[in-house]
Amino acid sequence: MNTMTTTKMTLKTEGDTHIVVTRHFAASPEAVYRAHTDPKIIQKWLLGPEGWTMPVCINEARPGGKFRYEWTNKKGQGFFVTGEFVELQPYSKIVHIERMHLPDPTPDNHVETRFEPDGSGTLMTMRMTLPDAQTRAAMLATGMEHGMEASYVRLESMI
Amino acid sequence: MTSSFDLNASFAALADPTRRAILARLALGEATVNELAQPFEMTQPAISQHLKVLEEAGLIVQRVDGTRRPRRLAKAGIDAMDQWLAMLRKALEKNYDRLDAVLATMEPNSKRKRQ
Repeated sequence: MNTMTTTKMTLKTEGDTHIVVTRHFAASPEAVYRAHTDPKIIQKWLLGPEGWTMPVCINEARPGGKFRYEWTNKKGQGFFVTGEFVELQPYSKIVHIERMHLPDPTPDNHVETRFEPDGSGTLMTMRMTLPDAQTRAAMLATGMEHGMEASYVRLESMI
Repeated sequence: MTSSFDLNASFAALADPTRRAILARLALGEATVNELAQPFEMTQPAISQHLKVLEEAGLIVQRVDGTRRPRRLAKAGIDAMDQWLAMLRKALEKNYDRLDAVLATMEPNSKRKRQ
């Protein structure tokens, strides 16, 4: 039985509309911040489950700047996220608004990401705020759609 | 998990986006057909059909409260929601594991741990 191995990252809901994710990185806040704002670096890691790539990664990391990430898999399925930067404090804070297009846009997700020195590394705290409880619940369900496919494969191998 | 929990029916029930959204809504607390129908712009019979599938899959149960029949998540439904959360967690975890590797190449001058 595979038990919890995600001791490094925490993901929890807070109140009715927040989702808070924390993660420690063995690199400086500057490096972690750059990895969140430089499109060439983002394309290397912001890929979700195995098998997805990000052929389009536009990121204007300045207040008011826009970004657009497009993902695709080998089956030709895809979706994209668009958003705007609200505030950027190198190398400690990024505030942005984003929405998923599936293809209809989801309600705006307001995201504040902080990078703090933590020992010799960095503690990242990402706090998402959804417009209401219903949206948050739906978002959690949507984010899990990708995983559904993997579950089907696993289920098939069990039968 | 009870022995009568039908994994296959459960996955089939979860394959529909509206049914997933209904489960997501019920994760916030019990709701009547009326309350469930509202955000989906669907007719009550259409929602009732989805509820029937979820009920037969053992994901939700209904309770009798006068003339109301509020639905709530059954144990299997709660497990399914937890599983979804675990999947989101897994996708993020995968991202950050990849980021670890990327960061390691970005800072060649930083202290290296002795293995």
